Amino acid sequence: MSETSAVGAVTANAVTALGVTKRFPGVVANEDVTFEVRVGEVHALLGENGAGKTTLSNILTGLYRPDEGHLLLAGRETIFESPKAAIDAGIGMVHQHFRLIPTFTVTENIILGTQPPSRRFLIDVKSAEDRIVELAEQFAMPVDPRARIWQLSVGEQQRVEILKVLYRDAQVLIMDEPTAVLTPPEAESLVTTLRSMARQGRSVIFISHKLGEVASIAERITVLRDGKSVATVEAAGSSRESLAELMVGREVTSVIRQGGGALPGAATVLSVDSLSALGDRGRPALTDVSLQVKAGEILGIAGVAGNGQRELVEVLAGLRPRTRGSIDIDGEAMERTDARYPIRMGVAYVPQDRLGTGLAPDLSIAENLILKRYRRPPISRAPFLRPSVIASEADRLMTQFDVRAPSADTPTRRLSGGNVQKVLLAREMSGAPKVLVVSSPTQGLDVGAVATVHQLLLDAAAKGVGVLLVSEDLDEVMALSDRIAVMYEGKILACIEASEADISRIGMLMGGADLNEGQGS
Amino acid sequence: MNDNLFIVVFAAAIYYGTPLVFAALGEILAERSGVINLGVEGMMLLGAVGACWVATSIDGPAGVVLPIAVVAAMLFAAAGALIHAFLTITLRVNQIISGLALTIFAGVAGVSSYLAGLWDLGQAPVANQFGKMDLLGWGDLPVLGPILFNQTLLTYLSWLLVVLTSIYIFRTRWGLQLRAVGESPQTADSVGVAVQRSRYLHVLAGGAFAGIAGACFSLSILPTWQNGMTLGQGWIALALVIFGFWRPDLMLVGAYLFGGLSSLRYTLQARGVEIPQLFLDSLPYVMTIVVLVVVSNSAARRQLGAPAALGKPYEREER
Repeated sequence: MSETSAVGAVTANAVTALGVTKRFPGVVANEDVTFEVRVGEVHALLGENGAGKTTLSNILTGLYRPDEGHLLLAGRETIFESPKAAIDAGIGMVHQHFRLIPTFTVTENIILGTQPPSRRFLIDVKSAEDRIVELAEQFAMPVDPRARIWQLSVGEQQRVEILKVLYRDAQVLIMDEPTAVLTPPEAESLVTTLRSMARQGRSVIFISHKLGEVASIAERITVLRDGKSVATVEAAGSSRESLAELMVGREVTSVIRQGGGALPGAATVLSVDSLSALGDRGRPALTDVSLQVKAGEILGIAGVAGNGQRELVEVLAGLRPRTRGSIDIDGEAMERTDARYPIRMGVAYVPQDRLGTGLAPDLSIAENLILKRYRRPPISRAPFLRPSVIASEADRLMTQFDVRAPSADTPTRRLSGGNVQKVLLAREMSGAPKVLVVSSPTQGLDVGAVATVHQLLLDAAAKGVGVLLVSEDLDEVMALSDRIAVMYEGKILACIEASEADISRIGMLMGGADLNEGQGS
Repeated sequence: MNDNLFIVVFAAAIYYGTPLVFAALGEILAERSGVINLGVEGMMLLGAVGACWVATSIDGPAGVVLPIAVVAAMLFAAAGALIHAFLTITLRVNQIISGLALTIFAGVAGVSSYLAGLWDLGQAPVANQFGKMDLLGWGDLPVLGPILFNQTLLTYLSWLLVVLTSIYIFRTRWGLQLRAVGESPQTADSVGVAVQRSRYLHVLAGGAFAGIAGACFSLSILPTWQNGMTLGQGWIALALVIFGFWRPDLMLVGAYLFGGLSSLRYTLQARGVEIPQLFLDSLPYVMTIVVLVVVSNSAARRQLGAPAALGKPYEREER
């Protein structure tokens, strides 16, 4: 905990929060949160999901008002009446989900809501553009002010968001999980930008749950746990382990793939050959994708979201028609496209949207657990379901997969993310699948649940299931996979043995760098 | 004679297209803010009855009575729009349902006819009417003169409003905010644009414009009161917004096309040319179906380039 005296710190700090508390009915979202951000500092707020990071940033940006405590801006006590007041006071926020209008130009997005340079009543677009280009150069974020947002990559869109904040001359920039959507090279260039902003006397509050990046980007780190600020530490002197412990409140062991992999001579359980499919808008989303997964093997698919991963898993689950190509499950061709057919062939599917697509949120745990098996004995004796079998099956699976819930009759929507995922995995594994397709299995889960889910995936592989793991979390893919395939614009650019994979090479591939080119340099 | 027919048809297209221009222009404003208002037909009738009432009950020179009548039309129709705004923006009622309800409420068997009965309108043509006039002194130009510059004041007003509205939407700060509210209210809100206020203002403005469209009928085209006198033109106006891709300039072209079609029954039949009456009579109903299909199908809307948040109520995310 920082021990600078409150008065001394106040004069020097860009932002000071003293004992900030925010309650919602039944929940204390922030309790006695205290931290200060120095002028010219990159300061991280580290915490798990539900630790109160979002509420805190909503307080800092004027969306909520704290019930107790004080907020000081450049030493002066401040109460924001509205988000606009926070903007006017020089606080800018870059949300994880960008607040940009796709059909507008970069310039239009940036000047929206400001008093743009005008002649009479007409906007003087030219001078607005000049100002934006000037800002972009100052902070090394090249962007074409006339481009429309939908034409830009995610990394470029983030630059527009940052420029939006800088255009309003914000002195404090709050960034919510900014690297989640970026490729590693893009993330690096973001860090460069943030550092240059700090050097020019602005302050950055960097919100994240990723231990590694926080330690390398920020100068100091304030850790939030259960809505409280538990410590502020210097990034330089803190290890991943110590940060993780602060974050979770106990020691954490992370799961790492050791040994395992396909046994020699293991059968190929999933074989995809030259698969192509269209995306939601009718444009090709998958082009000529081929891959194999052997029994007991985990194949990781890395890539920035939106490069065909979703379409790939949907085709495998029978939810999206393919335009060409073949899929073989354990040597048997999957001929039809409908959701029931893959289930019968032994494909288990854990979708990214686990509560919407994966489970029926209003049905009970027990009902969800039998959703794929209710048509056949022993769950049903046509046409009737057998409640006693369903109940005992639910008990068995809930024990085996350690689902924590008041009872098997609890609707799944009331479960925590980790338990939802356990219910889903329990259901999928209970069908004795040959192939398990999982998509972003730990997105939004807390550290403890992440470890549990990872262990369940490793267990599945150990039982001889071929696992296809699609995830935007590169660390997760690297930690669990035997082989890693990188997807870019609907194609698989490369498939690399995990032992030979290094993060920079995969990062280049995620950004679309040609493999040969990468090797040549 | 052929030349003459050409001029007559085109001049009539503009004359009969003018109410469509007003109504569609107003609807463009409302829809650009993200609010579909299917109550255009009803609001036009409210405007028509309001204008007719003023023109019947106030005696005086045209220069005094007619402006008052037009303002009354705008207020009457805006009152209808206010109901829609309150229901859809504040209470977040489904916009399609609320708009349909407004048309039924204000329409042929509703308030407009009731008021007309109450005020005993429609016995005789109104004393003060918008007649054709050569405002700019260009009426003598060959061909263009009789087509463009021998129109009513309302037509000249509609041109002015089309130009001003275009500039407003695409070139001013407020227009940028309007488009932002219609595309992504969340984004607009996050940079301090008052979303609900913008929607209220533009739905009300849309109502006022529809009111002028109604006044075109009761002060110029008919010019008296008749129950349901707008003959489904409100639905055509809604379709024009779609065909004009939510742009005033493109909409204007469409309005005159449909205005020409509606006028054909008078101009052609007067010359003994037979056109299937059924076709013209069914036009508003066909348009109604087209409008309903397009506005209630979000995929179709997207493809046509509708404002992305069209039809969606906005509620700030809070817990």
